[in-house]
Amino acid sequence: MKCQYCEKPATFHITELTEPNGPKVMHLCEEHARNFLQKEATSPVASVAGALAKQLQLGQTKAELEELDQKECPVCGISFFEFRNTGRLGCPYDYSFFESDLIPLLTNIHDATEHVGKRPRRLAASADSQARMIQLRREMEEAVELEDYERASEIRDELKRMESDLNQPAPEETANGNEDEANSPEGEDQS
Amino acid sequence: MNQETDFNALARNSGEWLRGTGPESDIVISSRIRLARNLADFPFIRRCSDEDRDSIERTVRARMEAIEDWNDIRYIDIEELSEIDRQFLVERQLISREIADADGSRAVAMDPGEQYSVMINEEDHLRIQVMQSGLDLDAAWARIDSLDDQLEGSILYAFHEKYGYLTACPTNVGTGLRVSVMLHLPALVITRQIEKVFRSMQRINVTVRGLYGEGSQYSGDFYQVSNQVTLGHSEKALLSLVGDEVVPQIIQYERKARAFLVEQNQQDLHDDVSRALGILSTAKKISSEETMHYLSKVRMGVNLGLIDDVELATINKLFIHTQPAHLQKLHGRMLGSSDRNVQRASYLQRHLHGEQGEGEFN
Repeated sequence: MKCQYCEKPATFHITELTEPNGPKVMHLCEEHARNFLQKEATSPVASVAGALAKQLQLGQTKAELEELDQKECPVCGISFFEFRNTGRLGCPYDYSFFESDLIPLLTNIHDATEHVGKRPRRLAASADSQARMIQLRREMEEAVELEDYERASEIRDELKRMESDLNQPAPEETANGNEDEANSPEGEDQS
Repeated sequence: MNQETDFNALARNSGEWLRGTGPESDIVISSRIRLARNLADFPFIRRCSDEDRDSIERTVRARMEAIEDWNDIRYIDIEELSEIDRQFLVERQLISREIADADGSRAVAMDPGEQYSVMINEEDHLRIQVMQSGLDLDAAWARIDSLDDQLEGSILYAFHEKYGYLTACPTNVGTGLRVSVMLHLPALVITRQIEKVFRSMQRINVTVRGLYGEGSQYSGDFYQVSNQVTLGHSEKALLSLVGDEVVPQIIQYERKARAFLVEQNQQDLHDDVSRALGILSTAKKISSEETMHYLSKVRMGVNLGLIDDVELATINKLFIHTQPAHLQKLHGRMLGSSDRNVQRASYLQRHLHGEQGEGEFN
């Protein structure tokens, strides 16, 4: 028997036991088997695609879908179309920007829409300030490319300031130019 | 530090998680937990520029090096590795196939005992993983939780009040946690009950995957059980689902099936596992599939007390060390598939013979 992906003999016969339509048997050569087995337990692309397909059957019309596909995140520039095809988002802000489109998807995948469990001990940045930091970083790279080092260093300072503000367990006005953003101790006296 | 020397040393040893000593280690090979994390101030990997990737790697590395508890960490630049060294780390389960095959800045940091590793610039900026021998999810969780806390002390994670830890793929969002327990279930395969067992578990939010499924001539009889969802359940609840509900039940079925086999026909079973050991320790050429198949039988034989002069840790180690990149590292050069079969046979022979009478090897 030949491998189902190439001409080599199939020496591995793998059974996926949790496919929705019952067990699926695959016949693979050593190399393809290794690639296949070393992927994550659940193939994210497949499950995103599956969940999206289900979701699209439920609601949207073709015109609505086309419109949605063109929607682009202002921070990372990813379109919904690209997300749909790759199963991967472009930046943390996508969860806010595409929120209403993602909720049905999350429901489909997880049967839930709200996180329960661990949270970072220090203050999490708001979605907006996370987006702002990503934008600033991009601007900084552009400034460096244009050899506008003054502008680049201004942006770097602003980024540092934002990050160091977030390093505090609670918001507190500290002097600008706080240097120790990497080693800020976990404050215990305020939360 | 010289990466080459490092790798050769690594190839001769094996990870702590293979030592075959944790709870239920006759059936459970290993417990693995991984957490997906992203930095708040960078786009996800797909949208990262080369500068972004470099910058993430540098930032994370500097911050890991500043963590005092992590002094003995080994940091490996995957971009600089040869194909075979990448494959070696994949076989070793220290990195994913995905990060091995990717392009651009990417790295892995690991402890000398190979109990944890942190992949940088995989599908998410950070993939933290902890491996533990046997079924020991509480220990694995305590460890990964603390690693995560230490990283979070100096790295700002992408986190959303409602959706939790944000990940590139929505299938990981929330806890970002995937727990995978690797099980060895030869008796359920022999008694043809395996599909029935897993079918009964399909509706309870776990993914089960047969690594070398029945119906194949050569089978290692390994199955991996993982949580399917990551959002809407706490880490503890997800661990408990896999570790307290699903896996113990499978273990119980496997034990029953083993007892049944022993009771039904101990002589046949004894003959079968002894022949398997015979082939492994005398063959002159052997493929990796055949090796898996016979090692699986020998492993069961050891666990049932039918083979008493081979250590479980040896068998666990042989599963990993007879894979292609390991053989080539041990041999010190590239080998074609037919040369590998010869080397594999000789490696097995050395280790299985050395074992008899001595009980220990390295």
